[in-house]
Amino acid sequence: MNKIVSKEHFSEKVVKLVVEAPLIAKARRAGHFVIVRSGEHGERIPLTIADSDTVAGTITLVVQAVGVSTQKICALEPGDYLTDVVGPLGQATHIEKVGTVVCCGGGVGVAPLLPIIKAMKQAGNKVISVLAGRSKDLIIMEDQVRENSDEVIIMTDDGSYGTKGLVTNGLEEVINREQVDLVVTIGPAIMMKFVALLTKKYDIKTVCSLNTVMVDGTGMCGACRITIDGVTKFVCIDGPEFDAHKVNFDEMLMRLKAYK
Amino acid sequence: MENNNTRDANWREDLRKSKSAKDRTSTPRVKMPELDGKYRVEHRLEEVNQGLTAEMALIEATRCLDCPDPQCVTGCPVNINIPGFIKNIERGEFLEAAKVLKETSALPAVCGRVCPQEKQCESRCIHLKMKKEAVAIGYLERFAADNERISGNIALPEVAPSNGIKIAVVGSGPAGLSFAGDMAKRGYSITVFEALHEIGGVLKYGIPEFRLPNAVVDVEIDGLRKIGVEFIKDCIIGKTLSYDDLHDMGFKGIFVASGAGLPRFMNIPGENLNGIMSSNEYLTRVNLMGAGCDGCDTPVLKGHNVAIIGGGNTAMDSVRTARRMGAERAIIVYRRSEEEMPARLEEVKHAKEEGIEFMTLHNPIEYIGDENGRVKAMRVQRMELGEPDESGRRSPIAIEGAIIEIPVDMVIVSVGVSPNPLVPKSIAGLDVSRRNTIVVNEDTMQSSISDLYAGGDIVRGGATVILAMGDGRRAAQHMHEALSK
Repeated sequence: MNKIVSKEHFSEKVVKLVVEAPLIAKARRAGHFVIVRSGEHGERIPLTIADSDTVAGTITLVVQAVGVSTQKICALEPGDYLTDVVGPLGQATHIEKVGTVVCCGGGVGVAPLLPIIKAMKQAGNKVISVLAGRSKDLIIMEDQVRENSDEVIIMTDDGSYGTKGLVTNGLEEVINREQVDLVVTIGPAIMMKFVALLTKKYDIKTVCSLNTVMVDGTGMCGACRITIDGVTKFVCIDGPEFDAHKVNFDEMLMRLKAYK
Repeated sequence: MENNNTRDANWREDLRKSKSAKDRTSTPRVKMPELDGKYRVEHRLEEVNQGLTAEMALIEATRCLDCPDPQCVTGCPVNINIPGFIKNIERGEFLEAAKVLKETSALPAVCGRVCPQEKQCESRCIHLKMKKEAVAIGYLERFAADNERISGNIALPEVAPSNGIKIAVVGSGPAGLSFAGDMAKRGYSITVFEALHEIGGVLKYGIPEFRLPNAVVDVEIDGLRKIGVEFIKDCIIGKTLSYDDLHDMGFKGIFVASGAGLPRFMNIPGENLNGIMSSNEYLTRVNLMGAGCDGCDTPVLKGHNVAIIGGGNTAMDSVRTARRMGAERAIIVYRRSEEEMPARLEEVKHAKEEGIEFMTLHNPIEYIGDENGRVKAMRVQRMELGEPDESGRRSPIAIEGAIIEIPVDMVIVSVGVSPNPLVPKSIAGLDVSRRNTIVVNEDTMQSSISDLYAGGDIVRGGATVILAMGDGRRAAQHMHEALSK
């Protein structure tokens, strides 16, 4: 049982929860995720860790209410408990100084991107963050991203904030302007697919973080399997981050619909 | 009542004399009462084997000749005093029989259900030499354990005074539980760390309710709690806590029993289509997560034509679960013949009674999907048997051109598991084999790190509940000896 310490609404359906999990707070690195379960009959779902506080013993999760389980979790209030939180899981992000890193986040993908932005900045990289969403209220965690980035570009589908256009428009503008050494992208699978297609054209190394269906999250079930460069891999233990140019996104998009 | 359970105890001598060997051997072996095949397909959670009645157990117990040199005991990986418990049943001391079981086994009600007795204790029974059926040791074991549980008079094993030494166990499956029980009895302070949200490992997520009810497992786990074993769930050693963290917390010994986690796939075209999954995923959704029950959030796919690839016990558990979940046609697809199937005969028999089809000497080579990415058919290669391979079984060879296509809307791949590298990889200096198993001294179960022992599937790669328990027991004995020096 893990107590919810605080809650903040980013938008109607997107909630930030700070959750007591002292061991995970201490052990986690950028890129790690947890498996969360709400209720004795709850489902196990993966959520990427957005932040942690080792002193307070808490981790931060950003959840978008899209299905039964995420709706349940978003309805929890401070003082309530998550039934189970286990982790940190997956491979941590490989952080090194490469030069200029563009971090592309879409929707709630910005939450798991934030620790990578921070770590990349701390490693001495020039970090340019491109945040995208359908409209202004779906752009989240902008202030924290700004604190840790050299430049922030905001893109909205409807032009209600920043520049009207897709994340790829913002990214391409940077690529045309200056040398980019690495792109990191987290967001909806379809967005990551198009980011990968764009950077492939420019031959820029790109890392994506995948959020697939999982049950145990420790390699036991194989529900999260995807094809990387023609070989089946498990997102939970081999990932969640992969070379975006090697991911079969069409298969991933198809597999995401398995239970819909 | 005389509590001496050795063979020369007066009561055992009297009992032996009470009935002639001829009478004992001419009694036919008891038949396990079981639910009707049609009924049980409709009642997913009801246990198929109903257990012996006291009358049946009393008669079956008389079949045991109480041999001077009982070979059955040597066939048991945890060396249960088999004649000792059976003769207690024969004299009507059912609770004492359960006590004898618990001297060496942490999970008698589990073993009585899922052990392959026909390959172990029962395979050495003297009756077989006389062309008679073996004493039903497994049924009797289950009877004694169930009788004790139902009676409410659950005896706790004798526990040595606490020695204050902290020992960590990684994984709460059969190996971990067996080790924990044996070490707690020796006075150690035991903490078991479990990655999942339930204690029991494969006993909970893998073996279905109709073969091993969770309530039975929980009672055995409660027994361990009562002798002081502490369980911590949602905690992954190597992730949540490191091996070094365990040392900092004061643990003086570590037993790794993290199981064989990774499901194997065949790497054939179309295997990542929707509707195709590992037996681990399917069974975990249904058994551990309760998918298919009212009020449970975890979804599970349902198929009308379901194929299960493989011929082991897990394949049988999967196919029988699929049938219970509503599959009209549920097929075992196995590349060798029925004779080579690793599944227990009882599982095969039960599967057939439940209307499972057996498509032996066939092997899938490709899956075909519909426009939504869901599997709709599989291409299957017919096989024939060639020369025996390294496993001693005749190896399957493809018959050229003999390929058929069959419609399926769900496929469960049950072709084995590999050890989960998550724990071994997190410990620097730990000797790991090419197959990712932890390398141990086979006698002592000690790894290349002196305070770390390992057992069960993380060492064996994929074996049985009872072999895992045997490992736990041996590791406990040798860790205790090492710590006593």
